[in-house]
Formats: sequence, C-alpha cells, structure tokens
Amino acid sequence: MAVEARDVRSEAGVWRRESRARHFRERAIKVVFTACAYVSVLTTFGIVFVLIFETVGFFRQVSIVEFLTSTQWSASFANGEFGVMVLVYGTLLTTLIAMLVALPVGLLAAIFLSEYASSRLRRWLKPALEVLAGVPTIVYGYFALTFVTPLLRDTIFPNIQIFNALSAGLVMGIMIIPTIASVSEDSLYAVPRSLREGAYALGATKREVATRVVVPAALSGIVASVVLGISRAVGETMIVAVAAGQLAQFGGPLESVQTMTAYIVQVASGDTARGTLTYQTIFAVGMTLFVITLLLNIISYWFVRRFRETYE
Amino acid sequence: MDYEKTGEERRVSEISRDHRDTRERFEEPPSGTQGTPASGMRVENLSAYYGSFKAITDVSLDIQANKVTAIIGPSGCGKSTFIRCLNRLHEVVPGARAEGSVMLGEQNIYGKNTDPVNIRRRIGMVFQKPNPFSKSVYENVAWGARINGYRGDMDELVERSLRQAALWDEVKDRLKESGLGLSGGQQQRLCIARTLAVEPEVILMDEPASALDPVSTQKIEDTMDELKQSYTVVIVTHNMQQAARISDYTGFFYIENMGDPGRLWEFDDTEKMFSNPDRKETEDYVTGRFG
Amino acid sequence: MTKGSTQATQKGAQGPDFKTSTSVRYGLDRVFAALVFVATLIGLVVLAVLLVDVAKDGVPLLSWSFITSFPSSIPTSAGIYPVLLGSLWLLALTALISVPLGIGAAVYLEEYATDTWLNRLVEVNISNLAGVPSIIYGLLGLGIFVNLLRPITGGPSLISGALTLSLLILPVIIIATREALRAIPDTVREGGFALGATRWEVIGSHLLPMALPGALTGTILALSRAIGETAPLIVVGAATYLTFAPDGPLSRYSALPIQIYYWVSQPQPEFQVGLAAAGIVVLMAVLILTNSFAVWLRNRYQRRI
Repeated sequence: MAVEARDVRSEAGVWRRESRARHFRERAIKVVFTACAYVSVLTTFGIVFVLIFETVGFFRQVSIVEFLTSTQWSASFANGEFGVMVLVYGTLLTTLIAMLVALPVGLLAAIFLSEYASSRLRRWLKPALEVLAGVPTIVYGYFALTFVTPLLRDTIFPNIQIFNALSAGLVMGIMIIPTIASVSEDSLYAVPRSLREGAYALGATKREVATRVVVPAALSGIVASVVLGISRAVGETMIVAVAAGQLAQFGGPLESVQTMTAYIVQVASGDTARGTLTYQTIFAVGMTLFVITLLLNIISYWFVRRFRETYE
Repeated sequence: MDYEKTGEERRVSEISRDHRDTRERFEEPPSGTQGTPASGMRVENLSAYYGSFKAITDVSLDIQANKVTAIIGPSGCGKSTFIRCLNRLHEVVPGARAEGSVMLGEQNIYGKNTDPVNIRRRIGMVFQKPNPFSKSVYENVAWGARINGYRGDMDELVERSLRQAALWDEVKDRLKESGLGLSGGQQQRLCIARTLAVEPEVILMDEPASALDPVSTQKIEDTMDELKQSYTVVIVTHNMQQAARISDYTGFFYIENMGDPGRLWEFDDTEKMFSNPDRKETEDYVTGRFG
Repeated sequence: MTKGSTQATQKGAQGPDFKTSTSVRYGLDRVFAALVFVATLIGLVVLAVLLVDVAKDGVPLLSWSFITSFPSSIPTSAGIYPVLLGSLWLLALTALISVPLGIGAAVYLEEYATDTWLNRLVEVNISNLAGVPSIIYGLLGLGIFVNLLRPITGGPSLISGALTLSLLILPVIIIATREALRAIPDTVREGGFALGATRWEVIGSHLLPMALPGALTGTILALSRAIGETAPLIVVGAATYLTFAPDGPLSRYSALPIQIYYWVSQPQPEFQVGLAAAGIVVLMAVLILTNSFAVWLRNRYQRRI
C-alpha cells in the first residue's frame, strides 16, 4: 500500500523537547540501584564491625590465651572461666554426628538420583528432598527432644540424658541431607556421559561405574557439598539449643553439650544489659563462629571453582 | 539538511565543530519535515573493538540521503558490527567501543557531547530476528513514541506507522492482542512500524528478512521503495539478489585472513557493483564463487 | 585347545573363578541399588514420621480459641494470637524492606554493573553472605539496629526484627531476581535501545515486568523461610513471652517460632509436647500455603514462556 511522503512525519512541536529532567532521572535511578547493591557490602561491614567492636571490649577483660585454651566455660559465674573450646567442642561433636548421618545418606541419595532414578522420578524426588531443608529448625528441635530422645532411651540407650548431643546431631543430619544430596547430585549429573560409557564398555557394572568412575570424577563438587553441609551444621542453632541442652562441658554423645550457637541464644533470651561482660561474650563467641564458617565457605567456594573448571 | 550539496565541500576540520551546538541541535527533531528528505550519513575511518579484538577497521563511506544502501559480504566480515556502530548500539555490549567519526547530516554522532539515546531515536534499527515486545500490537508501536515524549494523537501515529509498514490491514482489528501472537513476517513488520513511530531519519536493517518466509520477504522488500522516499535506509543482507533488487548503492565487506578485522573492500552504485566491480574479491563474491 | 586360548587362560582371565566373581559383583550391585534407594527414602520417611508425630500431638489442640487467645500459664487457655500477629507484622515489614532492596541490587548487578573488580567483589560478597549463619545476622541486628540505632528503631522492636530478617534473606532475593533477569534474551534489550530508550526505560517497561514472576517465586520462598526463623529474632530481642499484641513497628513483639521454642523449653508435657505441637501445626500450615503459592506462581510463569 503506497504511502505518500508527506504523510510520514508529524508537525513540529508534537515531540517533546529532550529534557535535562530525563537525564537527571536516569542518573538518579542508577544511583538508587547502585545503593541497593551496596547494602550488601554495608551488611558485611556491619557484621565485621559489630563483632570486632564487642570482641575487642571482651578481650580487654579476658585474655585471649584463656579464651582459646581454657577447658572450662562458666560465663555466668562471677569469676567465670572463658574457655571457648568447650563450646567449640559442643559444636564439633554435634556436627560430627550430623555428618556421620548426612554424608553417607546424602551421597547415596545423590547417586540414586543421578545414576539410577528415571528423569520422571528425579523430577519430583529432588524437590521432595528439598522440603527437608525447608522445615523450620525449631520443628526439628521439637522432634529431637520429644520423639528421638525418648525413642533412643526406650530402645538402644537407656542411659541417655534428656538433653544430649546424639539426638540433636541425628536430627541435624537429617536436615542437612538435602544440602549434600542436591549439590553432590548436580556434580554427579554433570559428569559427561562418555566417561560412563567408557567404563561400561569395559564390562563394569552399574555400581562400579557409579562408585569407581562417576563419584571420583565429581569429587570436588561432592567435597564442596560436604563442606557446605558442615558449615550449615556449625551454624545451626535451634536444634541444638532445644535438644542438646545448655550444659557447657566436654560431654559424650549421650550427655548434654552446649554449642557456640546455643550459648548465644541462651544469653540473648535472658536480660543481658549492654556493655556487661556477659553481653560481650556472645559477640566473642559469635566472632569465633563467624571465622569458622567464613573459612568453611572459602574452602567450599574454592572447591566449587575447581569443579567448574574441569568441565567447562 | 540537504546533505548531497555540502558533501563535496566538507573538510576534516568542520567535523570538530563546536560540540556545544551539537547537543541543542539534536534535541529537536527536524521541524516542518513533512515530506522533507531525510539526512544522509558519512562514515570516516570507523574502527570498532570488542575489548581488545578489532572487529572492523578504517571504514569510510557515504550513505546518500533517501537512498537504500546495501552492505554485503561473507559471514564474519563485520557487517553487523558496522551497522550497529551507525546507531551506537555497538557500545551497549560491555567492553565494546568504536573509533572514528560518523556524521548524521552535519553532526558527528560520536561527538563528545552527543547523547547516544537521542541518536538511537533518530537512527532506527530493525533486527534479524523479529523482537517485538511482549505487549499488545498497539503498545509495541506506541511505546517508543511515548518514552520519547510524543504529545500528539497516539492513535493516529500508530495507524500511520502500521500503514507505512504495510501491516495495518492485517492487525487493525487486533490492536489489543499480544504482538507475540503474530506470524514471523507480521512481527518483523511490527518492528518496522515501531521504528517508524519514533520518526527517525535513517533506518538501519540488519538482515531483516533472513528469518522470514519468501512471501513476507517480498512484502518487506516492497515497503523499501516507499520507505526511501522519506527515510535513508541502510540494509545488511546475505541475499545478493535482494541487494541487487532493492538498493541504490552497495558496500562490500571482506576479510583476507581469519582473525583480521573486517574492511570495506569496495563501495559503489549497485548496478556497477553487480555487473562490473573494480576488485576481484567483489566480483568473486557477487558471482557466487564464495560465500 | 588352540594356543591362543591357552594364553588367554594363563593371562589370568580365570575360567571358573571369573564366573563366580561376576555373580558376586552382581550381588553387590543389587545390594548397592537397594542401598541408594533406601538412602533417598530415609529423609522422606523421617519427615513423614515427624509430621505424623506433630499432627498427633498438635491437631487435637487446634481450635479457634487457640488462635485467638494469648499465651498463658494455664495450658488449656493458652493461645498464639499475639505471636501470630507478630509473625504477620514481621512478614509484612520484612517484605516491604527486602523486596525492593533485593530487586534493586539484582537490577544493578545484571543491567548496570560493568565487569570491574569492585563489582565482582560485590558479587562475591553476596554469595558469601548467603552462607553466614542466621544467628550472626542476629548479632548484627543486636549491635546495630537494637543498640546503635535505638533512637530510630526503638530498641528491640518489630522494625529491628524486620530489618534483621531483611538482611538475612536479601542474598536469596538478589540471586533469584538475577536468574529471572538473565533468562530474558538480549534481543528485548536491543529492541528497546534501538528505539532511543534509556536504560531505565528498557528495564522498567520491559525487563522488570518479564522478570517479576520468576523473581517473585524466589522471593516468596525466601520470605517463607523468614517466617520460620527463630534464632536471629531471639538475639535481636523478640520477647519469649508476650502478653500483649504488637501495635506498630516500634512495638515489642514475638513470633510464632519463638513461642514454640518457649513452650518446648517448659518441663510440663502439656506445653512441651501439646501446645508446642499445636503451634508447629499452625506454622507448617502457613509455610505450606506460602510455598504452594510460590510453586503455583512458578508454574504459571513457566507456561507463558
């Protein structure tokens, strides 16, 4: 359809003049967005600042040597001992128990999802497992205290205490299964089919291919998932606060222990005035926790990077 | 705005005209331009980079106003990069930059004070794969005009643009439907319509029909003849017959070795380029000896 | 017997022994296959047991008065009204703060940021923050929002809690929105720029509307996680026993998970098992609702693409 030239443009004045307001608006919007991104930077600074500030105050009254080497933690008493290793022990014990559950179960589940399950099964099983990670931890704490501990007491360990590391650790392990399973499964799935086919062609069975070829090939991703799992366990609070108790001691699995996180919650739920030594202890313990999880995250990040480089 | 007259007399020093004027001049579209010919463009020593990789080097040519200029050449010779430098879309890619000058009428679009946003309104672009917005047909056409501050009758502008793109009859009862629901050929004409709605002076087309069926291609080629009466058109095409059919001038891009930057190998009247080109590589290409 | 096969036998492809070890291998295979299947189910079985246990103890106590009553030292008249309100308040405030911030940060990183070391640092920082334990965020909130900014926030108030939770879930929102933006092909951006649009005009008119459903899915999941958070709120001063309903952002408050924690910590089984379970049932119901909504949203969004 022919259009004549004179029909093509509008009269002058119908278009708005290019305004400086438009440019200003653009720049203002960019500033707003940039500020939003830098909130995250501020958050990190905030965390570091708060932790350092109070920890420094703490170490003015308690020697760092005592903090790191003393074998007693009795912060609430007048001449208390501040040996953080007791709390770290509590964290490590519960974490160890959790990993003893989560690692094999998570890895085996990952192998199932990656090597054995049909894609239809995988499509709903994987999200189903994720539900485990979505349950609030207070619910797990309740479960550990009111179900798992009595169960253990009535069956295997009649001498188990009401608050004990084992129940908390076991339930924490269940919670962490999806973390290990999900990340490991991604790594396993990413192993190229050609590797598997090569092994099958040599007469290997499915199990042998899975365990001797695919798992070693996906090892960095699996290790990364384990480190991630450990990090989650170390940072976990409610399960241990409810089920492992508040007794800071070098107890066994059947006894009560107190983790770093449980201690912080214990003090915070009481009425602790700002500026007191007790108040500062939660930051000192928090600092210890932060450093540990930071190291763990760095290690896991490094492993993920190694894993990505192998196949891309 | 009559480019053809001043072209011969231009000297390099005039290009570095006072840039404070440039901004003001760009802020108003050509006034009283009903039926007035559009501007031509002059490219001088244009080179473009993606980071440290040089994609095209030292390209110079004149794009005549109200004519269709075709850019042909084998794949990977920088044709797409070149055309994207003409509306400064090239630099949207992070790390990409261009050197040299590109004049639209009498202003250098790469001048220091020139606003690329404004340039892109005055030099429109239609892409290889139709990319209408996920909005209604009406909104697709109206959006560009709206953000550029059109204060006139939007309904009239939308209809006018769709007519120029030879799409009005097919969509006039479907203006509220999603633009993505149209066929490929219709979507491409919709993209042409939205480009026309902001009333550019130059229309760049990057292989506009290569993703379309022959019927749609024919429709788009038919519009070309009318478009050039009011706009300057630059079209990149792989289809040499198409270039021969619709263009007035043709530029041939070429690279000698892999990894070299693309160059403008030859540029002339279309008739001459396709019947009696000066350079051997041009002849080889247009006769289909390589592609 | 030909020479070739003798050699093969000698090489160690043991005749009868080979066959046995094959069946051993297959046997192990079957055991292993069962093992991995069981492992996958263990978590789900435990989850089912947990849900049944909670329902068994909690559902009988559910009633309208449970939802509308205040906590009390008498188990039969205790309810969750103020803490439910507190959780809803927290949810609303947290959403109001974290969603714009998160989307804004994601837009910056995807559409504006160039590949400089500074921007890469910002990205690394966000990934790192995603892995920081929630209780550390509580300490951050305590130090900054509750104490340092006490004049503005009113100390251990709803707004302090909401700010703390916002920072906690911010990395998740950012990551979800970035994914949604990345899924939009560049041709949309090019089409917009080619018409002489500014970057914000392209983002606001095209990219954000297209990215919103996907971003919202991740955001809703993040918010539902915030509903279940306990530790950071306790640290930030949420009351563990509340007898009044919160009435504004500066009010003291509590939240449902904290009430559950309080009840679980009581020695009497009526609280520890009964009421706590009832509270858990309500909490899980809320979570199932929000998560289902998020999944529905994602399915609806995927169909359009």
